[in-house]
Amino acid sequence: NMASDNDSDEDFVSFGTPLEPLEEGNPLRKPVPVYEQTVKDEKGRYQRFHGAFTGGFSAGYFNTVGTKEGWTPSTFVSSRQQKAERQNARPEDFMDEEDLGEHGIAPREITTTAEFGPGRKDLIRDKARAISSLSAPIPGDTLLEDLVAPARTSIGVELLTKMGWKDGQGVGPRVKRRPGKLKADPSTRPLGPVLPPHGSEESQDEEEDEFVPENVTFAPKDVTPIDFTPKVDLHGLGYRGLNPLAALRGAPAAGHINLFTMDSDRSTSLFGEDKKGHKRRGGVSGQAFGVGAMEDDDDDIYHRDTMSNYDAVLGGEEPGDGLYGWTAPQQYSRKKKDHSKDAAYLGKIIEGFTLASEKTETKTVGIFPPPNLPRDFRPVHYFRPVVDMSNASSMVVQALQTSRGHMVQEGPSQGGRHQLDSAQRRELLGEATLQGRHASLWAACLLLTRFPLAEQQQMEALSVWSSPTAQAQTGQTFKPFEKTPHKQARYDHYIEKLKQGDRDALEASLDPCMTEWERGRERDEFVRAALLYKPSSSSLSGRFTRGKHDDSVDQDTVEVKRDQENDVDDKQAAVKMKMFGKLTRDTFEWHPDKLLCKRFNVPDPYPGSGFVGMPTVKRDKFSVFNFLTLDSTASTTASPAPQGNRQDRMYSTEGPVNSFDSQNMV
Amino acid sequence: MSFPQPKPEIPQVPQHLLRTIDCQQGAVRAVRFNADGNYLLSCGSDKSLKLWSVSRGTLLKTYSGHGYEVLDADGSYDNSQLCSCSSDKTVILWDVATGQVTRKLRGSIDGTVRCWDTRSRKFDPIQILDEARDGISSLKVSEHELLTGSVDGRVRRYDLRMGQLHVDFINSPVTCVCFSADAQCTLTSSLDSTVRLLDKSTGEMLGEYTGHTMKGYKLDCCLSSKDTHILSCSEDGHVYCWDLVEGSLTLKLPVGKAVVQSLSFHPSETFLLTSMEGRVQVWGVEPEETEEDGDVVVVKKEKV
Repeated sequence: NMASDNDSDEDFVSFGTPLEPLEEGNPLRKPVPVYEQTVKDEKGRYQRFHGAFTGGFSAGYFNTVGTKEGWTPSTFVSSRQQKAERQNARPEDFMDEEDLGEHGIAPREITTTAEFGPGRKDLIRDKARAISSLSAPIPGDTLLEDLVAPARTSIGVELLTKMGWKDGQGVGPRVKRRPGKLKADPSTRPLGPVLPPHGSEESQDEEEDEFVPENVTFAPKDVTPIDFTPKVDLHGLGYRGLNPLAALRGAPAAGHINLFTMDSDRSTSLFGEDKKGHKRRGGVSGQAFGVGAMEDDDDDIYHRDTMSNYDAVLGGEEPGDGLYGWTAPQQYSRKKKDHSKDAAYLGKIIEGFTLASEKTETKTVGIFPPPNLPRDFRPVHYFRPVVDMSNASSMVVQALQTSRGHMVQEGPSQGGRHQLDSAQRRELLGEATLQGRHASLWAACLLLTRFPLAEQQQMEALSVWSSPTAQAQTGQTFKPFEKTPHKQARYDHYIEKLKQGDRDALEASLDPCMTEWERGRERDEFVRAALLYKPSSSSLSGRFTRGKHDDSVDQDTVEVKRDQENDVDDKQAAVKMKMFGKLTRDTFEWHPDKLLCKRFNVPDPYPGSGFVGMPTVKRDKFSVFNFLTLDSTASTTASPAPQGNRQDRMYSTEGPVNSFDSQNMV
Repeated sequence: MSFPQPKPEIPQVPQHLLRTIDCQQGAVRAVRFNADGNYLLSCGSDKSLKLWSVSRGTLLKTYSGHGYEVLDADGSYDNSQLCSCSSDKTVILWDVATGQVTRKLRGSIDGTVRCWDTRSRKFDPIQILDEARDGISSLKVSEHELLTGSVDGRVRRYDLRMGQLHVDFINSPVTCVCFSADAQCTLTSSLDSTVRLLDKSTGEMLGEYTGHTMKGYKLDCCLSSKDTHILSCSEDGHVYCWDLVEGSLTLKLPVGKAVVQSLSFHPSETFLLTSMEGRVQVWGVEPEETEEDGDVVVVKKEKV
């Protein structure tokens, strides 16, 4: 007798059997004895064990089906007019109510139909389908089903569309809006030509009338959900991790998900593929079914179970606050929207924002201090000045081009480290200076190209050749450029001029058709040749005569040791002066034999070289090298005319060879 | 606790004649220490090579097999082999213990250096170095270099590791070349009666030592075992010993009256071997206490 609810009886729905109204005065009934408190089903049968213990539920009405009469099969009728329809019998046809009841084998329950169910995929449903497909006649059949999925909208969308909602609109009461505002919205841009909004109201009203009749409302704008979760990780923008669905799909096979395949390749089968991707053949499959004796691949056939498969908890972990779901009544637990915090905040809160009620944990990794600026740093960039070559002087141009716009003093090299000379680099690095003739020769060659021959030497050549002794010598003249007759002719012309004492002999005898560079080289060559092969007045020149047979015709080239020694005279002079070192030392490249290196237990310095000893080079007999001697101390003493094979010169010894006279000792 | 530095040793010179060995080989063309300094090799003009014990002065073995005078000899580091060269243009490898000829290599008089492989028994040399233009008078080998002195007045150093040949011009026929113990310098003696110490890497002259006579004969020179002194034979019967750093003459050993042909310094200690005519002299720092050999001539140190 619920007194307070008497008037609101109709609001309540009652379930279950109500208790018997307690009447006072009635004698208390004896309580039901224990042996009578038995469970009986609706038919009055004792239910002590469920169907598994009693050999299954009774198939019907006391061993009959459903009715007293038993199960009557449907009659099979077939005639010409009425062909028998295909009677597809479902198992439910053979079940009675007990089976279909709560504890039966096929309980009927109230579930949402697919139409009203959720539009998204049901994970459990998927798994069930997957497991059922294992036993299907074609294993792995879900592939096709996955590919061809019916486009299904959820019931909510259907209801909304029935009520006039369109995709993209918002949900809510309709709004009356001006078309001008609508034009600003790009999503609802009208397709036709857009007229610019006019300033006058009248025209706007007119437009309104034109475009839109009155009393038309518009749907509200759809709400775009904004994710307010702050980004506290260090992933890139838009990073999404592994798809858990894909992970689940692939789990039965192996723990491995191959990320390096195309999307279409990623559908792994449920049987577990081996490395090549072949599905297991044979009709039977399962955990312990592996490969036969004949098959090649026999690895990984046993299902490896991991504890992570059993690591799922229904309903989530217990809440960490230890309340076990206990919540105080709303009025006590929920704090009012506390705006006092805002007032207490010492900074400036942007309009429309408020302090967060929860403190989001910011990982300490995310905050980095700003960089330390140097003391004199000014955040201004100076651009290189654009150089106008025509007006500025060359010095200014040079300076501007190499400048970097700073006031910093440049280092020793003006053009940066790429304009350094090898000698400068050597200096900077503190290396020992190069030894040997080659370095100096090369450096001297550089000098040769950079600096033209000094005037002085030209004058020297002139003086030598215009002297009386030169005039006297008419016979043997040395022809350095025999190979090229044109050059030789020019050289002879030059010598003639020199003999006459012509100061412009050099310039006059050059070929104007040649390029400037060629002429420069020829100039140098002529002067050197003139200096080197000056006419000698000593008697030695009389002792030498030109060979009858021109050797150069027979052998154009001769095998000469590639690295030549310096002039012996210089060395002797050096020894006399006791200036050993650079002047007396020659260094050559020498290739030891491989076996010799092995016996000496040293690594072969030239592993790839094919020859042994000093490298030889085929050389013209009278080559330019003869003229490019850079020791300016051209010997003033008479030197024999360099005729014949150059080798002869090398082999002349300075003094008589001493023989060791050890025989006479005893 | 730090120990005090040891007192710097005064470099010692082998000034005392310890013993004289009469080799009975005719003229001793060369006398050499072996690799460890315990044995002595003497090359005689009677075509024999003799092995002696230095400490006792006793003859251990005689090796015969050459066709003409034996000019020079050397022993291997494991003391199992000897090699000797002779005027018969051959080089013979001896087995020390048995005295047998292991190998005979054909030499030449053509101004070449020939490198032979003793393991393979090939007939031909591995490599022939023919850059010299006149006879090669002296040859020394170090771990990775070959040093040759030639009559053409040049000292050639073949560096196998770097693959380079360095030629130093001396301007007078070279009689003897040798490496210094620290492998930084080379010593050359030439027929202008000068011994020069040259820097190996640059070729610069570090020291010049004169006073002796070397004008016509191929005589030896060497460095002391600790690179403190330069020693050279002389045609005037003396061995000259100069201080390396100062260049001053420290000692002039009076060996005899004839030409001192050959000398050899002990590899580690201060002992010197000299040869003159038919005898070999052993010199040490201090005279030995007990004199057993009656042949010993005790010579007082002469003032320089």
